[in-house]
Amino acid sequence: MNQFTVDAARGLPGPRWLAERRAAAAECFAAAEPPTTAAEEWRYSAIADLDLASYRLANGAGTPAAPAQSGAGSDVIDIDGAPVTAVVDMVDGQVAAVDGIDKLAAAGASVGPLTEADGAEALLGSVSDGASDYFTVLNDAFTPAPLVVDVPDGAILEGVIVVRHHAREAGAASFPRLVVRVGRGAQATVLDVQHSDAPALVVPVVELDVGPAGRLGYLNLQQHDARAWQIAAHTARVERDATLVAASVALGGGYARTRADTRLVGRGASGDLLSVYFGAGDQILDFRTYQDHAAPDTTSNLLYKGAVGDSARSVYTGLIRVRPDARGTNAFQTNRNLKLSDDAWAESVPNLEIENNDVRCSHASAVGPVDPDQVFYLESRGVPTPVAERLIVAGFFDEVIDALPVRSITGGVRHALSVKLNQMLSHAA
Amino acid sequence: MSTLVIEGLRASVAGREILTGVDLAVAAGEVHAVMGPNGSGKSTLAHVIAGRHGYNVSDGSVRLDGTELLTLPAWRRAEAGLFLAMQYPTEVPGVSLLDMLTESVCTAEGAAVAERMQEEAERIGFDEKFLARPVNVDLSGGERKRNEALQLGVLKPAFAVVDELDSGLDVDALRFVGDRIEDATEHDGLGVLAITHSSRVFDHLRPDAVHVFAGGRIRESGGAELAEELEAEGYERWTPTSPKSDAGAAPFTDPFGDPFADLLT
Repeated sequence: MNQFTVDAARGLPGPRWLAERRAAAAECFAAAEPPTTAAEEWRYSAIADLDLASYRLANGAGTPAAPAQSGAGSDVIDIDGAPVTAVVDMVDGQVAAVDGIDKLAAAGASVGPLTEADGAEALLGSVSDGASDYFTVLNDAFTPAPLVVDVPDGAILEGVIVVRHHAREAGAASFPRLVVRVGRGAQATVLDVQHSDAPALVVPVVELDVGPAGRLGYLNLQQHDARAWQIAAHTARVERDATLVAASVALGGGYARTRADTRLVGRGASGDLLSVYFGAGDQILDFRTYQDHAAPDTTSNLLYKGAVGDSARSVYTGLIRVRPDARGTNAFQTNRNLKLSDDAWAESVPNLEIENNDVRCSHASAVGPVDPDQVFYLESRGVPTPVAERLIVAGFFDEVIDALPVRSITGGVRHALSVKLNQMLSHAA
Repeated sequence: MSTLVIEGLRASVAGREILTGVDLAVAAGEVHAVMGPNGSGKSTLAHVIAGRHGYNVSDGSVRLDGTELLTLPAWRRAEAGLFLAMQYPTEVPGVSLLDMLTESVCTAEGAAVAERMQEEAERIGFDEKFLARPVNVDLSGGERKRNEALQLGVLKPAFAVVDELDSGLDVDALRFVGDRIEDATEHDGLGVLAITHSSRVFDHLRPDAVHVFAGGRIRESGGAELAEELEAEGYERWTPTSPKSDAGAAPFTDPFGDPFADLLT
């Protein structure tokens, strides 16, 4: 029976404005038709296999979740070596533990419940409302405790703010919500970890708001359980002369989808959009990107690189849109995929929609096996075939990993990729 | 001492026989040049010896010190002591030279590979800044050839097949690279099968024997004087001149070979 009702949404804790916002979203959701693969943005997806009614709402209203234990999720990439400013642990969408508030406060910044932030009501949805779909509305209706990272004008944060989402409850749906607000001339780096160890449904919404001349590095690290489903929306708005580096590393999930919308709304705004993804077993990794140039002299540079082995599948579809007054736009979109086995499958569909002539745009996509000439070159130097393949696949991801906005975990990302690759190659052997 | 013995080697690509019965023996410390016109199949010979994919070997054997290479994967052939210096070394993005050589079964575990690379780089004038780059990425043709010689120096094979050493090399680079290989033949007993279309390479890598290769096999063998003869007279004696007698048999272009072969000669 469907638990995602207006009453259930009303029952969640929070101030009145939030309760009303949730109820309105729940009504909107109840009236909406579930998406199907007939729609272009759901083509090739696994949406037809989703039985939403089979999930219950995670961890009821207001019950504080058990604090996350240290070392929880041992397969989460180690962040201990990172110069971390603050760590927030979220369990099933609820705040479980916060550490490092003092360090943030010293810089004038904060991380915590959105409901306690200045202008909270206007803040929630201020970015994501521009990219609403069935699942962002569902998150609007059922997110129990929206979190905000608030970096005021001029604040420069040197360390990394880490937000770790754990989905713990088997058979439950959780709705994490993260809003990152970077003020005028401010600077921050956020590592957002999505992790689960149960067959759960996770529907995260991330809103990144980069103010004029602000700089934000955002890295989403997805390490869901192989039985878990994720349907995520990452939305960003980049204002005048601001810079966003938004990256994702997607390793987990049975079906893990991320829709990433980047809107460059101020003159001179730029966005570097990066992803590394690697599917094994029967995983399906699904990416939809939208580079929206709405102001002159804006730049976006997208590089998504993925590999699929065993009988895993990946989908990439991307659209660059250049609006009529966005003259001087530079927009690039590159998606490359390695297909590591006969049963693996990757789809790559780039698109352009250009309404101004004074632009430089390009897109490129490729799906193919590991280059046999590269393998032969290494073999002819005495490198055993599986080692050669491992080196080449790792090397394939290198240019993206080198550009990730959280420098301190690049070693961990490389390690996680190589562990997964070794597992896959040893299965195949 | 190492000996490479090729007997009755026949191989085809896409149903067409390219190697039509190759017989050749090269002893340790010797340099044998295989010279032939474009399309004669000499690059195919290099690839088949090294174990490149895409060739169907129908008959014959290639033994290195008694070890049959044809049944081994390419990396086992390297382990047995074979090295292929490619005409056009492949770019391998994201893989460092150090990682590749460290992972080679030809370098002992824990060996000071980085130091050996440094030494060899100095020896052949390979710019140190290239050592940190991914293998062959953004290197000029000449730098790639120096890189091949550097790897030969580090891996210390018993036997090297050197495919068109001088293509892409300027005079200085050819001297460094040629001298390095020649030195290995003198001091380490390296045996060399040098595949070449011209005798330019012999200024630095002196052949003990020269073989004329045409129609997929060796047609004549001799000493260095044979190379001079070829230089003066060309390959006409061994290639069909009448279009009638050559009906339907266009010179073979190795699909894995030099894309610019026709421009060379």
